[in-house]
Amino acid sequence: MVAKRLALGLLTLIIISLLIFLGVELLPGDVAEAILGQSALPETVAAFRKELKLDLPAHIRYFSWLGDLAKGEFGNSLANGRPIADLIGWRFSNTLFLATVAALIAVPVAIILGILAALYRNSLFDRLISMATLSTISFPEFFVAYILIALLSVQIIIFPSISNINEQMSLFEKIHAIFLPCLTLTLVVVAHMMRQTRAAIINIMASPFIEMARLKGLNRTRIIVLHAFPNALSPVINVVAINLAYLVVGVVVVEVVFVYPGLGQLLVDSVSKRDIPVVQASGLIFATVYIGLNLLADVLSIISNPRLRNPK
Amino acid sequence: MGKILDIKNLKIEGYSNEKWVEIVHGIDLTLDKGEVLGLIGESGAGKSTIGLASMAYTRQGCRIASGSIVFDGMELFGASKETFRKIRGSRIAYVAQSAAASFNPAHRLIKQYAEAPVQHGLMDFAEAEQKAIDIYRRLLLPDPEKIGYRYPHQVSGGQLQRAMVAMAMSCQPDIIVFDEPTTALDVTTQIEVLAAIKHITEQFDMAAIYITHDLAVVAQLADRIMVLRYGNLVEEGEARTLLDNPKEAYTKDLLSVRTFRKPTDQNDHNQNIILKVQDVSASYTGKEMVLEDINLKIRRGKTVALVGESGSGKSTLARVITGLLPPLQGQIIFEGKELPPDLKSRNREHLRQMQMIYQMPDTAVNPRQKIRKIIGRPLSFYFGMDRKKRENRIIELLEMTELPEKYIERYPGELSGGEKQRICIARALAANPNLIICDEVTSALDQLVAEEILKLLQRLQNELGVSYLFITHDLATVKAISDEIVVMLQGRIVEQGEKQEILTPPHHEYTDLLLSSVPEMNPDWLDNLLAERQAAQSL
Amino acid sequence: MAFFKLLRQSPLSARIGMAMILINIAAAIFAPVIAPYGETEVVGDVWLSASKDHLLGTDHIGRDMLTRLIYGARNTIAIAFVTTMLSFLIGSISGFFAATIGGWTDLTLSRVIDILMAFPTLIFALMVLSVTGTSITALIFVIAVLDSTRVYRLSRAVAMDIEVMEFCEAARLRGERTWWLMRHEILPNAMPPLVAEFGLRFCFVFLFIAALSFLGLGIQPPTADWGGMVRENAGAITFGIFTALWPAGAIAFLTVGVNLIVDWFLHIASGLKD
Repeated sequence: MVAKRLALGLLTLIIISLLIFLGVELLPGDVAEAILGQSALPETVAAFRKELKLDLPAHIRYFSWLGDLAKGEFGNSLANGRPIADLIGWRFSNTLFLATVAALIAVPVAIILGILAALYRNSLFDRLISMATLSTISFPEFFVAYILIALLSVQIIIFPSISNINEQMSLFEKIHAIFLPCLTLTLVVVAHMMRQTRAAIINIMASPFIEMARLKGLNRTRIIVLHAFPNALSPVINVVAINLAYLVVGVVVVEVVFVYPGLGQLLVDSVSKRDIPVVQASGLIFATVYIGLNLLADVLSIISNPRLRNPK
Repeated sequence: MGKILDIKNLKIEGYSNEKWVEIVHGIDLTLDKGEVLGLIGESGAGKSTIGLASMAYTRQGCRIASGSIVFDGMELFGASKETFRKIRGSRIAYVAQSAAASFNPAHRLIKQYAEAPVQHGLMDFAEAEQKAIDIYRRLLLPDPEKIGYRYPHQVSGGQLQRAMVAMAMSCQPDIIVFDEPTTALDVTTQIEVLAAIKHITEQFDMAAIYITHDLAVVAQLADRIMVLRYGNLVEEGEARTLLDNPKEAYTKDLLSVRTFRKPTDQNDHNQNIILKVQDVSASYTGKEMVLEDINLKIRRGKTVALVGESGSGKSTLARVITGLLPPLQGQIIFEGKELPPDLKSRNREHLRQMQMIYQMPDTAVNPRQKIRKIIGRPLSFYFGMDRKKRENRIIELLEMTELPEKYIERYPGELSGGEKQRICIARALAANPNLIICDEVTSALDQLVAEEILKLLQRLQNELGVSYLFITHDLATVKAISDEIVVMLQGRIVEQGEKQEILTPPHHEYTDLLLSSVPEMNPDWLDNLLAERQAAQSL
Repeated sequence: MAFFKLLRQSPLSARIGMAMILINIAAAIFAPVIAPYGETEVVGDVWLSASKDHLLGTDHIGRDMLTRLIYGARNTIAIAFVTTMLSFLIGSISGFFAATIGGWTDLTLSRVIDILMAFPTLIFALMVLSVTGTSITALIFVIAVLDSTRVYRLSRAVAMDIEVMEFCEAARLRGERTWWLMRHEILPNAMPPLVAEFGLRFCFVFLFIAALSFLGLGIQPPTADWGGMVRENAGAITFGIFTALWPAGAIAFLTVGVNLIVDWFLHIASGLKD
């Protein structure tokens, strides 16, 4: 079952790389003309085509592109001619850093709040929480971000509104620098994750075996820890992984707001410059992380499901 | 003997449409030590709610409004959660209808068995393990030493149900509440569970509340019976007295249910065959056969009952006949002509002549269509009737199924289960069919309602001369309505013939098992049967 | 009539939600009538603070903020609405179709959708837009197609639940065609979850377009659009000029309104089930 799922994930990845490749192929005219413009000299276009290997047939280019990717060679940026690997490398690690810190805060907070809201359903606490999540779900990321900037960086000057980080900074300085983007991401993701955790727990608590546990006279803690939790594990893990995937993608907008030197910022810049090789490379990286996390979610929930773990 | 449970003037409310509505109206209930009390009633009688309330428990959306629940001298109404916790599981235990849903899928059976005694501080795990194995053995579970170490989904339905009875026994409680513990089981499996329950309550001299809709089942177990209806007590009395000599009309109705019999016509030699199933084999996967070498005939204006337990392939046969599942081999011959095997290649006329009625009237009619459209669609589809003709015919069909004319404007949601089933019958009749396939049409209905439906179907057959293929697991229904009987087991026909012929011994071995497993109103039936079977085994 | 009865029973939160949406719709429809100035008219200095002439001040090139906000409602809501409609048209028809037909059609369609869904929507949209360029038609089509995958999933699942019910089998045995099944048996029963989903998808599409515009890849200036307006005026926030919060708040205002109604609707839909 797990192996089947992994194979499916790999297949998805291959198809997506193909789609990314084909997407560029379908461009009206070709990349060289699109970039150089209509007025470019035919010789310049020809030379450029050669550099992009556009003179070779499509399937050969696809496999050589894929082979290069596997070796970590992404080619050169069209905009400034620098190797894409250099551009992406540290930006990707910055993005991962931001996403990881946000996840480390968001996951435990969301799960604990979600469980509490489910256990004290319809209490004042639950209502407050669902009102708060309803609004954060409705707010665009940049709205949350600018409110935080207005409050914590303009009205009271505690955190920087531009999250510039570099390799010389200490961990503490880095965290101070990314505090606001991190808080933005956390707020947005916590809301989603909490809502889904709450729903998963409520669903489990309504099952007949929980009623049976109550009728056996077990105490509340035991019912929750021993009876509800092992069965809630699978759905909750799923919720977490899906939200992490969401977080990795949601990072794009937040990076732009805070001018954070991450992969998302690079992707957006390259799209507006139509720097297609960079778009391909960073898009593929985002897609891989996203698919990977979704895959992890499925595998973990298969493993943590008692019925699937102990087959007949 | 002293009272172990004494409930007085119990009122329970349920939350619906934003307000609390009383659903149990002041019930008094007493239970002596070692006594088995049967609570009987149709759906909506409040019997499960009362059963749970004896543990001072209510489901989500219900609450105990007033009354007194005294267990062994302790008042439970308004008592602390701590008191409830101490009593539940250890002194009053519960056995639910569905064991598959009530066992936690994450833990082994024996761990769930041991949980209550260990948590209530009665014994340690090792001791509980030993006791569990002992009880599994007494309940005749196969491989009692090992079965406890399986997970719930690894054990069959009947065994799981017995494992739940064992779990309820784990603390040797004073009372066990059995909530329809055999309703979801086949008759032959039901016997095993009934025998287990009877055995264990007698052996440990335990008091029990047994909740069921089936009077014959409760007759085997209960010392005393309470008949409930709409949250009120109808009648209460010693089991034998009440069965022999019921006072209230409702109890009499419940007792006389299943007495309807179609008159048999001895000199009937009509050989006009409408449907012939020839050498049919079918499979869903292409490998495992669900049906093998099926041959049967249905005569015009007659009823063939197809009997079998779950997994016998009887519903699959209906799918093959209707064309939903093309057979791997064999032919369906209808009105003398071979039918194309799959639905798509049959023409409208083929489809019209063969109609179907289903088990669940709730899902068999579209809740978003008015009755006018439900019955009217076949009329315009098959006969191209215009609005006016259609309207008249719908009203005619409503009359035939004994429904008021005004129902034409209603949605199914405004009708009761039995009325919805009548709508389904009307829809089938709208096509003027020669054959109607009835798939468990009475199983989801309360017994009194089911009886009325059977009578209606019989009357329609007499008037219209339509044939029925009646698929059912319920032998009482078979006895009531059939002309011929076909018994199926694991995809094969084990026996078939005229009703008289099948119902009078000697039977085929399986038919015998099936027939003898149907509970009878006689309170000694179970004891006699078990004694007989034991004797047969020791021979 | 049933509709008005339902309205009268609606809780306060849903009524607030309806009022919020009505304000937006009114602004969108009557934009030229109620807006004090022209959509792209420069009326004063850059980033003027609120005054009697300019209730919400002016933007980064001196246009009236309130006017831009009102026209923004028109453009942003209309595009999001058209996109959602298109996405529902594609998603629900193919979803119903897959569920009713079953077999290979269903299998192939579902596999393709699985793969499309495995791809993060924002990234996919960014990549496609980098190829097609940013035009409103491209935007609507790209987002509608991407979003229709989610609609497909839901419609298929809902239709499957309905399709297994006996009344569908009865219609099949009667000899009804696929289209009739979809239109008369499945659709009426699938309406409640689909309507709720429409609200949710609308919010998602609306936020998504706002995000793209904010990134400079959505609706292009000088067309007034809330996401783009946030982007244009965001630079001033660090100087204590909070003009950008107006359009951002307007986006939040509309989505909160829709969500309030969706919540209420989900509540009744789940209550009606049994």
